[in-house]
Amino acid sequence: MSKKLTEIRWHARGGQGAVTAAKMLAEMALSKGLYFQAFPEYGPERMGAPIQCFNRLSEEPIRTYCGVESPEVVLVVDPTLCDVVDFAAGIPEKGLIIINTSECPATMTEKFRLHGYKVATVDATRISMEELGRSMPNIPMLAAFLKVFGLLGEEEARQFVDANFGRKFSAKVVAGNIKALQRAFGEVQVNG
Amino acid sequence: MPRTVALIGTDAIAEAMRQINPDVVPAYPITPQTAIVETFAQMVGDGLVDTEMINAESEHSALSAAIGAAAAGARVMTATSAQGLALMWEMLYIASGMRLPIVMPNVNRALSAPINIHCDHSDSMGARDSGWIQLFSENAQEAYDNVLQAVLIAEDPNVLLPVMVLLDGFIISHAVERLDLLDDRTAKQFIGTLMPRDSLLDAENPPSWGVFDGLGGYYFEFKRAQAQAMINAAAAVRKVAGQYAEISGRHYDFFETYRLDDAELVIVAAGSAAGTIRSMIDDLRAEGLRIGMLKLRMFRPFPERDLVKALSHVKNVAVFDRSDTFAGEMGGPLFVELRAAFYEEEKRPQMLNFIYGLGGRDLSRNLIRQAVDSCKLAAGSNERQKRIIYLGIRD
Repeated sequence: MSKKLTEIRWHARGGQGAVTAAKMLAEMALSKGLYFQAFPEYGPERMGAPIQCFNRLSEEPIRTYCGVESPEVVLVVDPTLCDVVDFAAGIPEKGLIIINTSECPATMTEKFRLHGYKVATVDATRISMEELGRSMPNIPMLAAFLKVFGLLGEEEARQFVDANFGRKFSAKVVAGNIKALQRAFGEVQVNG
Repeated sequence: MPRTVALIGTDAIAEAMRQINPDVVPAYPITPQTAIVETFAQMVGDGLVDTEMINAESEHSALSAAIGAAAAGARVMTATSAQGLALMWEMLYIASGMRLPIVMPNVNRALSAPINIHCDHSDSMGARDSGWIQLFSENAQEAYDNVLQAVLIAEDPNVLLPVMVLLDGFIISHAVERLDLLDDRTAKQFIGTLMPRDSLLDAENPPSWGVFDGLGGYYFEFKRAQAQAMINAAAAVRKVAGQYAEISGRHYDFFETYRLDDAELVIVAAGSAAGTIRSMIDDLRAEGLRIGMLKLRMFRPFPERDLVKALSHVKNVAVFDRSDTFAGEMGGPLFVELRAAFYEEEKRPQMLNFIYGLGGRDLSRNLIRQAVDSCKLAAGSNERQKRIIYLGIRD
């Protein structure tokens, strides 16, 4: 975690929980004493439509309120978006791209010409299908981010999800999300 | 102990309302209303406050109910945004004319047409002559702090005027940020209890409110007194800011300046734009530009003397307006008023007006840089048509 500002862009489809994950990342940053923002690309939300949301993280107060144009980190929460949106737009060299896909980083790098970036992949959809019984890739994607980027370790993240989801969801849903989180921590692959 | 939290702007305001625990909150619960009222209604439902919440059938009715309750001596709040504020129009003047200390957060958003739900300041700027005190907030922290202070400003016996607390739609209202909340006890002690002077329900001393006042009546004198109350409001804003600094450690004034002392070029702005501009000042300074920023917090009353004093040494002022007056070639409201404030001054900065961000158009760092470049070019030139620049407009 560098002292300077880190900007993050999430690409997802409405209903996949990306906005929730971005908000959760903000709360995780709070637990580490950092400053942060989490905001969606504003507009009417439609299930299934491509959406973006954003985070800023910093050790110092953040007073920038414009849109994020050149994020160092991009998360592609829905694998079908890779062909639909320019998810690499604006990323500086050596920026981090985390993609929900069953492919490995080397394959994705070749396929989408991501040479020069750090590419990470995790099959978040399959993990959530197996652990939650439905496609809700937000928590595995957040876990992949934490593993590759830092901020919270696996045990800290588990406790965080336990405490946060425990208030809102059934024990079964909480357990499923924790399992998904732990699996993504273990299964994420990094290249570059 | 203060609490550090992660909240969206509207929930930060709802937290302030929970601590204020108003007697009555009438509100219109549907679009264009924001989550302020949704979150606060949940607090009412959860029994966290004693507030009587009234779901009105329109924004006009919501403010009407607020006026009635405030005249009865209750501490009253409501919230609105955009078209909702526009629909309150008639009642805005009645609230201020009856000198009712209602506090109303307004989430700044564009007015139709075309239909647009995103941020600009057209809604509250249109209400700038309605007799309400108006305080801008840069972020969620300031919105929270302003709402708490607004209660005491409104209820000051030398003021007794309604207050609008403004925050940028979506950019602040829907974004999660880090902020510090006062602990409930400190907040409640600061807010105290409203002691209404002339309650409609005081059977011992029954007053009349807002009565018909014909041609031979005192309408003119009422309005003159109202004008004086707005003049008095400036001192109250400063006094309350001082009290608030003592309990929060956060300092507020009519405006905030950044690297102004030796600045040759100063950008004047209100709302979240000021944050982005401030974040660029150091970069531009590093490039050798003597630039500073002035962020306006209090738009009503307009602190003209203080502004003139703060800016009289400056060569160039770039005024950023997030709304237009459509008054011909006069520019945005902030520009119009700041220029007027300098009329009698011998030393006047050259002023350029940048109208930006209408309908939520992003104010990027690049656009701010473009504005600064325009100021550098314009320095020395006096061409009238160059005075007003629509920043980031598409050809």
